[in-house]
Amino acid sequence: MATTAAAQLPALSDEAAAKALFAERARWRWPEIAYWIAVVLCMFAFPTHLMLIAQVLITGLFAVSFDLLVGYAGIASLGQAAFFGVGAYTTGLIAHNGWSEPITGLLAGALAAGLLGFVFSILVSRLTGIALLMITFGVGLLIYEAAHSAHDITGGDDGLTVGNLSPLLGLFPFDFLGHTAVGYTFVVVFLAYLFARLIVNSPFGLELQGIRENVRRIPAIGVPVGYRYMVAFTVSAILAGLGGALLAQITGTVALGFLSFDRSSSVLIMVILGGIGTLYGPLIGAALYMVAQDRLADLNPVYWNFYIGLMLVIVVLCARGGIVGGIARIERAVRSRWTRR
Amino acid sequence: MDASLNGYALATSGLVKRFGALAAVDGVDFRLPHGARHALIGPNGSGKTTLINLLSGTLRTTAGRVLLKGEDITRLPAHERVARGLARTFQINTLFPALTPIESVTMAVCQRRGLGPVLYRSMKSCRDAIDEAYGLLQQLHLDGDARRPTKELAYGKQRLLEIALALASRPTVLLLDEPAAGVPQHESSEILAVISELPKDIAVLFIEHDIDLVFRFAQRITVMMAGKILCEGTPSEIATDQQVRTVYLGDASYV
Amino acid sequence: MIANFLNIAFSGVAYGVLLFLMAAGLAVTQGLMNFLNLTHAVFAMLGGYLAVTLMNGLGWPFFATLPVATLGAALLGMLLERTLFRRMYGADRHLDQIMLTIGLTFMAVAATTYIWGPNPLPVRLPPYLTGLVHIGFLDLDRYRLFLIAVGIVLITLLILGFERTSFGAKIRAAVDNRRVTASCGIDVDRLFMFAFLIGSGLAGLGGALSVNLLSVDPNFAVAFLAYMLIVVTLGGQNGSIKGALGAALLLGIADVLGKYYVPQTGAFIIYTVTVIVLFCRPNGLFARA
Repeated sequence: MATTAAAQLPALSDEAAAKALFAERARWRWPEIAYWIAVVLCMFAFPTHLMLIAQVLITGLFAVSFDLLVGYAGIASLGQAAFFGVGAYTTGLIAHNGWSEPITGLLAGALAAGLLGFVFSILVSRLTGIALLMITFGVGLLIYEAAHSAHDITGGDDGLTVGNLSPLLGLFPFDFLGHTAVGYTFVVVFLAYLFARLIVNSPFGLELQGIRENVRRIPAIGVPVGYRYMVAFTVSAILAGLGGALLAQITGTVALGFLSFDRSSSVLIMVILGGIGTLYGPLIGAALYMVAQDRLADLNPVYWNFYIGLMLVIVVLCARGGIVGGIARIERAVRSRWTRR
Repeated sequence: MDASLNGYALATSGLVKRFGALAAVDGVDFRLPHGARHALIGPNGSGKTTLINLLSGTLRTTAGRVLLKGEDITRLPAHERVARGLARTFQINTLFPALTPIESVTMAVCQRRGLGPVLYRSMKSCRDAIDEAYGLLQQLHLDGDARRPTKELAYGKQRLLEIALALASRPTVLLLDEPAAGVPQHESSEILAVISELPKDIAVLFIEHDIDLVFRFAQRITVMMAGKILCEGTPSEIATDQQVRTVYLGDASYV
Repeated sequence: MIANFLNIAFSGVAYGVLLFLMAAGLAVTQGLMNFLNLTHAVFAMLGGYLAVTLMNGLGWPFFATLPVATLGAALLGMLLERTLFRRMYGADRHLDQIMLTIGLTFMAVAATTYIWGPNPLPVRLPPYLTGLVHIGFLDLDRYRLFLIAVGIVLITLLILGFERTSFGAKIRAAVDNRRVTASCGIDVDRLFMFAFLIGSGLAGLGGALSVNLLSVDPNFAVAFLAYMLIVVTLGGQNGSIKGALGAALLLGIADVLGKYYVPQTGAFIIYTVTVIVLFCRPNGLFARA
């Protein structure tokens, strides 16, 4: 029986294999590639669902922004929606008050969110455990309440209309069918994803993981934890704010739901079900969550909440890697059975 | 007064640490020369670990000063002391469970090389850092386990990784907190070999309870008791010192 | 004006007592097992639902429902602790704890909605607990007086139990240093179980007592979680019962005052103050810095 599989792999020395680990970690995984190809295919296959596809992409970006914090830096925040909402409201207000250029509006929203993230990192730097959880929870609730109260600015419960945006780059008008919107969203989200990928595979990204793994040891190898948190939160907030701003722009409205605890808790769920700490796991988790929610919209929400809760419990107890972890495990099992032949 | 402390790799002056009414470290004047091999011994609760924590910056001093190569580092946070050349290991393995040794050590090397805050370069392009890290792993006999997650390593290997992480910072002063603690017999020879092969230009201060180890490696020994230094000297001086015998054996008539 | 203010402060104290009863268990389990239990509000919710269901459905007198509510919540707490929670104690499992308890909370809220429906349950209290009591120039709500009276008794028992009994001493020791306590021959595992039992039972009792003041609906488990966390982080960190009491009273009074004098921004002020306090004093208001 030919040992074809084994003969195909070049035998790396221990040294080369060890040094190649970083390149291996940074490689694109096939589910990751499949996701992006699938999105493009869906854009052409389902021209009537472009807005849903755009929203799936945006939620994916939001989930990626959260994975950076929870999966890589190890900070479980219950207030991620604050960044998403601040980005949305900033961009929404800019357009609402007359500035209709989309790209600058988008960047303004992302920057506002980033600023909040930076401030937040200072608050967070001294806290651990339940106090850390509470402050993330508290800031999220506080910003929600502020937006709710300031209804002269934010429209309160009624929300804000964003108004018509100028054509993108002066060339592509935003149409009702969403062609421009989805293309715009795709480019922004893809670039943001590439950026997130770059970060997690950089020395900074490695140090974030070190912080997650053992925050006590990190200063002992010379790493200033506070500064790393600052950057992590700012970047995470910028990405989340970008998502919020995009959603505001393409749907034409901003509402309090952008900032709600519901949004913060559902992004946590998406990241965990998809596969924490992988970046593409959350993308896939977000897509499945959004599509499932769309398909099951007429189902009693009671069933949805119950089964989502149950899945979360199951993942924690026996499937920590989420969906992509499960895929990787199946892959390994199949591969080992294949090479045994 | 100060000038006399400048020539030492590490020195303290009147170091005090109080927890409420308890003085865990109570006025310690300590000198560690360059390239020294110095052991710190004493009964449990004598303040050895607190002293190490004060030196490394893990704890803030209540009073007194710490000088590294003549520079006052008393107010410096722990991570800045590392950058200045002071590294430590922990008595209980304080490692990165899900990261592999090659990742952990490369991370420390990158930090030393100033790549820590860099988020626009990929890890795989930091070839020099990776090479240096692997070299360090080879020196410490960890190269065979380079790709295994730390939590899967044998206890003795984890102890070695503790030392590897500290050495990655290229310290002038190395504080080892019970390096052989908890290591089973059949794994301890590697640790002993590593300790004896530590670069001669590094000043090493180690806490140890294993007296054989102490007498094997130490050029000088400091004995601590109730937060103060009881006495200090060469191994043979300490072995015959009456006070030390009382402290350790309880009764001077014991031989 | 003064009478009004006193009345409101009185209301706030009653609310604070309720918050304390519901949150005390969380303070202890967080300090003792380093377990972030976001399901804690579910115990209180269960207590409330049990009490109201027994009263409305089976015609039980109010006081008879209290022990059932307490026991029901205690049993649920013990069940969860034995089967799920005890596997993940400790600071390095915080994310797992958050995920697990959020998942359980979702399931609990869904189950509650399924069984009882999404709307708040109507509450009818016995006439001797409703109405006003005249004390000097104040007209105080009878139920709130009752609540404060019960609260004083329970709180005294709790604090005495914590500080004077050997069980309390063991808990305080284990909070301080688990390893050493275990090495003294104390069965820390059983200690945790009993602490959880008492904590969740207390929450259930608090929930049952709250039915006249707070809305008995499925959203309770999420709506009051924030306030419980505030009580624990501002005062009850490291298992401090007295600290939790202080924080609960402050929060209760602040909340009622806020809702009366600045109804638009009441909650915002509370969350902002919480954030600021935590930033300045990461271990809580009353902790030694």
